[in-house]
Amino acid sequence: MLAGSILLFLLVVGLFLATVFVPRFGRSISPRNWIIGGGIFLPLPILLALTFYALWQGEYLLRGGGGFPLQSPLRVEAHGTMWQWRFSYPDIRGATPTSGTLHIPTGRTVEIRVSSSDVIHSFWVPRLAGKIDAIPGHTNYLRLRADRPGRYGGVCSEYCGTGHAGMRFVVQAHTQEDYLAALAEEGGR
Amino acid sequence: MSRSGEQHRSPVASHHALERIWETKPGWGRLAAVNHNTVGKRFMLTAIVFFAIGGILAMLIRTQLASSKSAFMDAEQYAQVFTMHGTIMMFLFAIPFFEGLAIYLLPKLLGTRDLAFPRMSAYGYWCYLFGGSMLIVALLGGVAPASGWFMYTPLSSSVYSPGINSDVWLLGITFVEISALSAAIEIMVTILKLRAPGMSLDRMPIFAWYMLVVATMMVIGFPPLILGSMLLEMERAFDLPFFDPTRGGDPLLWQHLFWLFGHPEVYIIFLPAAGAISTILPVFAGIPLVGYRIIIAALVSMAFLSFGLWVHHMYTVGIPHVGLSFFSAASALVAVPTAIQIFAWLATISHGTPRFSVPMLHIFGFFFVFVIGGLTGVMLAMVPFDWQAHDTHFVVAHLHYVLVGGFVFPMLAGIYYWLPHISGRRPVQHLSHAAFWMVFIGFNVTFFMMHLTGLRGMPRRVFEYPPEAGWEVLNFISSMGSFVMAMGFALIALDFILIFRFGRPFRRNPWRAGTLEWAMPTPPPSYNFASLPIVDRRADLLEPDRLGPLLASGQGYLGFTRNGRMELLGVEIVSGRPEQVVILPHRTYLPLVAALTTAAFFLSILFKLYWLAPLALAATIIVFLGWTRDTALNHDTGLLAIGHGQALPSHIQAERPPSWWAMVFAIIADITAYVSLLFGSLFLWISAPNWPPQQGLEVGSAVPFAVLAVALGTIVLAGRMASASGRCRAGWLYLAVLAHAIAAAILVWLALFVAPDPRTHAAAASAFVVLLYAALHHGIGTVFAGYGIWQIRKGFVSDKRNLDLRLGEIWHTYSALLGAISALFPVLLAGLISGGSP
Repeated sequence: MLAGSILLFLLVVGLFLATVFVPRFGRSISPRNWIIGGGIFLPLPILLALTFYALWQGEYLLRGGGGFPLQSPLRVEAHGTMWQWRFSYPDIRGATPTSGTLHIPTGRTVEIRVSSSDVIHSFWVPRLAGKIDAIPGHTNYLRLRADRPGRYGGVCSEYCGTGHAGMRFVVQAHTQEDYLAALAEEGGR
Repeated sequence: MSRSGEQHRSPVASHHALERIWETKPGWGRLAAVNHNTVGKRFMLTAIVFFAIGGILAMLIRTQLASSKSAFMDAEQYAQVFTMHGTIMMFLFAIPFFEGLAIYLLPKLLGTRDLAFPRMSAYGYWCYLFGGSMLIVALLGGVAPASGWFMYTPLSSSVYSPGINSDVWLLGITFVEISALSAAIEIMVTILKLRAPGMSLDRMPIFAWYMLVVATMMVIGFPPLILGSMLLEMERAFDLPFFDPTRGGDPLLWQHLFWLFGHPEVYIIFLPAAGAISTILPVFAGIPLVGYRIIIAALVSMAFLSFGLWVHHMYTVGIPHVGLSFFSAASALVAVPTAIQIFAWLATISHGTPRFSVPMLHIFGFFFVFVIGGLTGVMLAMVPFDWQAHDTHFVVAHLHYVLVGGFVFPMLAGIYYWLPHISGRRPVQHLSHAAFWMVFIGFNVTFFMMHLTGLRGMPRRVFEYPPEAGWEVLNFISSMGSFVMAMGFALIALDFILIFRFGRPFRRNPWRAGTLEWAMPTPPPSYNFASLPIVDRRADLLEPDRLGPLLASGQGYLGFTRNGRMELLGVEIVSGRPEQVVILPHRTYLPLVAALTTAAFFLSILFKLYWLAPLALAATIIVFLGWTRDTALNHDTGLLAIGHGQALPSHIQAERPPSWWAMVFAIIADITAYVSLLFGSLFLWISAPNWPPQQGLEVGSAVPFAVLAVALGTIVLAGRMASASGRCRAGWLYLAVLAHAIAAAILVWLALFVAPDPRTHAAAASAFVVLLYAALHHGIGTVFAGYGIWQIRKGFVSDKRNLDLRLGEIWHTYSALLGAISALFPVLLAGLISGGSP
C-alpha cells in the first residue's frame, strides 16, 4: 500500500509539473483519454483489488490472527472506567481481576470482551491488534494473539476526559506454563 | 421619464443613480448593509480572523507537544484548546469562508446584481458573527467546550461535562448553522433563478455548478447535526435520555447523526475549493476547462456517495464486518470522481499554453498535498488498516492533508486570483512566493511527521506522553515545522495588506479570463452591472473586455432605474429564458435586529432563563414579518419593461418566484431533520440497550385523534381555499388559525399529559419530541395564517398578488402531514415495542 501510494503520488505530481513546464507534454493524448484513463481506468482496478484484499485481511484479523481456531479462544474481559482498565478472567477458575495489567498466554487466541460504564473508551494494544471501542450500553469483542512472551504497551485511544493521556495499560504475555502461576501470583498480592 | 417609471441616463449618471439605490451607507449605515459585495467581504474577513484564532490555538498545541516534559498546559486547558481548534477551523473558518466567496462571486459570475434574499444573507452574517463570538468569549472565559470537536456523548453529557462548556458548543454551533443553512438555500435559489438571460443550465460557469451541488448537500447534510445538537441539549437541560444507555438511549445515535453530517461536510468544504480550481486553472492554461460535462457528473456522483460513507468514521464501534465492508467499498469508490476531476485539470493544462503565476503556485500546493491526503484516505478506508490507525496522529495527518490541501491551498489560489477584483490592484509578486514556500514547507514538515508518529502508536488528543514512547523527536520536528508555517501565514496576511496599499491598478480583466465577474469595473460597484448581460454561449468563454463597456452604457437588460427599486431578472430554471422581474427589498437594520433577538433566544437557553426564550422567539418572528413590507404592493401592476422591447411580470405576480423555491428547499431541510428524528427513534429501538421500556407507550383514547384528524383536514382545505381566487379569503384563514391552534393544543396535550414521562425512557422521549416537533409547526402555521389575514386587511392581496398565501398553503399542507405522522408515530412505536425487540 505504501509503495503503491508513493508511485501514484509521484505520477500525479509529476504529470502536473510536466504539463505545466514541458511544452506540448501530453497534448497527443485527447482530453477524453486523459479523463477516462486517469479518472477511471487508473483507480478502479487498484481500488477493487485493495478493497477485496482488505476484506480478506479483516476476516483474518477477526478470527484472531491464526487459521481457523481449532481450540476455543480464551475469554477475558476488559472494562474501561475513567481512567483505568480492569481485567477479569471468567475462563480461569479462581483468577482475581487485575487493574492496569492484562495477563494472557502466548500462542493462544484471546477473545477480549470490551465494555464501559461511564464514557466511551477504546482498547488498543498497537503491537497485538487493532482497536475496539468500549461503549456504555454495548459490549464489543476483539481477538488477539501474542506469539512471544513479553510486555506490550496499551493505550486508550478515544478521548475520554482529562485522564485520557494517562489511561495506559500493559498486556503481559506469559508462556502457557507460566500463565496460571502468574495469575495466581496477582491474586496473592 | 417614460410612463411606467423607468429612467434612462448616460453611463455616469446611471452609475450614480444605481449606486444610490444599491450602495451600503457609510457610518452607522454599515450596520444596515444587505448588499452581497459588503456581506460577502464581511464573511471572508471574519472567517480569516477566526482562522487566525484557530491557528494560534494550533500553535499552543504544538508548543505543548514539542517535548514530553512540557508543563505548558494542563489536561483541562489542553482539552479546551484542541476542541476549539477543530470547532473553529471547521465551523467558523472553512464553511463561512467559502460562503463568503460564493456570496461575493455568484451574482457576478451569473450576470446579476445581487443574491435572491439580501436581507437573509445579512441576517446569516450576524448569526455567524454572534454565534462564533459566543464560542470565543467562552474560550477567553475558560469555559469553552472540551469534549473534542465531534462532542461524543456521554463525555459531553451533563453527567461527565456538568459545566456550561458543552452547551456553548451545542447552542453556539446551532446558531452558526442557521446562517449556513440560510446561505445554502439562498445560493440554490440564486443559481437556479437569478441568472443572466440566455444562461441555460449547461452554459453556467462551472463554479456555479459546484456551488449548486454544495448548497444542495448543505440543505440535506446540516439538519441531522442541528437535530442531534437539539436532542443532546434537551438531554443536558431537561434530562431526556436520548443518548443514555441506562434508559434506552444510545451514544452511537449521536455518532450516526454527527457523521451523517460530518462526512458530507468534508466534501462540502472540498467542492467549493475544487470549483475555484476549475475556474482558475483553465485561465492560466489559456483554454476552456476540458470535460465540463463529465466534471458535473463527477460532482453529482460525489454528492450522492458522500452521504453513504459516514460509517467509515465508526469502524471501531463494533459494527459487523460485512456492514463495514460496504462502507469501505463506498469510501474507496469516492476516489473515482476525485480522480476524474484531477485528470480533467491535467488534461486542461496539457492542451493549453500554461502560464505560471502566484495562483498557480498554490494550485501546485493543492496537487502535492491533496494527493497525499487522498491516498492516505484510501488507506484509512480499508477496515483493517483503520483499526490500527483510527484515532491516532495518522488520522490527524490525513485530515490536515485533505483539508489544507483540499481547501486552504485552493482558497489561497482563489484569494490571489480574486483579490485584484476586490481591491482593484494587482499582486506584488516577490513576497507572495516566499510566503507560499514557507507555508508549503512548514506544512509538510509538520504533518508528514504525524503519519509516522501515528503509526508508532501515538493516540490523538493526549496532552502528554512518556519519554520512553519514542515519539519525542517526531513531535519536535512537527512543532518546528508548524512555526515555519505560522510565519508563512503571517507573511501571506502581510502580502494581502501590501496588495491593497501598493498593488498596481489595472484597467480591466488582469488574468484575461472569460467569465462575467471581470466584465465590470474593479473594485466592483454595489449593483455589479449597469445593465444585465445576454449570454449566448458557455459563460466561461465570454469576452469581458468587450462586454464591460457595453453593459456599462446600458445596452443589456434593465439598463435603467425605476421608482428607486432594486430590480433584477428571474429566469426559467433550465433554459435561462427571462420570466419575471425580481424586486429586492432595500437595505435595513432589521436583519441585525433579528439576529440580536435570535442571540437573545440562544443566550436565554444557555443561561437557563427559559421564560425569556419564547419572548425572544416571538420578537424574532415579528421582526421577520416586518421584513416583507418593503416589496409588498397594494395594487396589481401590468408587465414591466426590461429593455430590448420586452416586458415581464413582477415576481409578486409570477407563478414560481424565488421565495416559492426557497420555501420548497426550506421544507426539504425540515423534512431531513424530521426524518432523522424518526429514524433516530427506530435506530434506538433496534440498537440501544434496555429496550423495551418498562412502561408501555400509552397513547390515549380515539377521541382526541378524531378531533386532530378533523383539524388537520380543515387546515389543508382552508389553506387551499384561501389562496385559490375568490372572496372569503380572510374567513378561510381565520378557520386555519383556529384549526392550527386546536391541532397544536392536542399535540402538546398528548406530549405532556398522555404519553409517559419523557425522562423515564428514550422511547417516551422520542414520542415527546416527535409530538412537539409537529406542534411547533402548527404554531408557525398560525403565524402564516395570521400574517395572511393582516396582508388581506392591508390590501396587499389580489387574485394576481396571492404569493404569500400560496407560500402559506405549502406550509399548511406540510404541517398537517407532519401532524398526522407525529400523532401516529407513538402508536407505531408502541406496536413495535409490544411486538418485541428485533
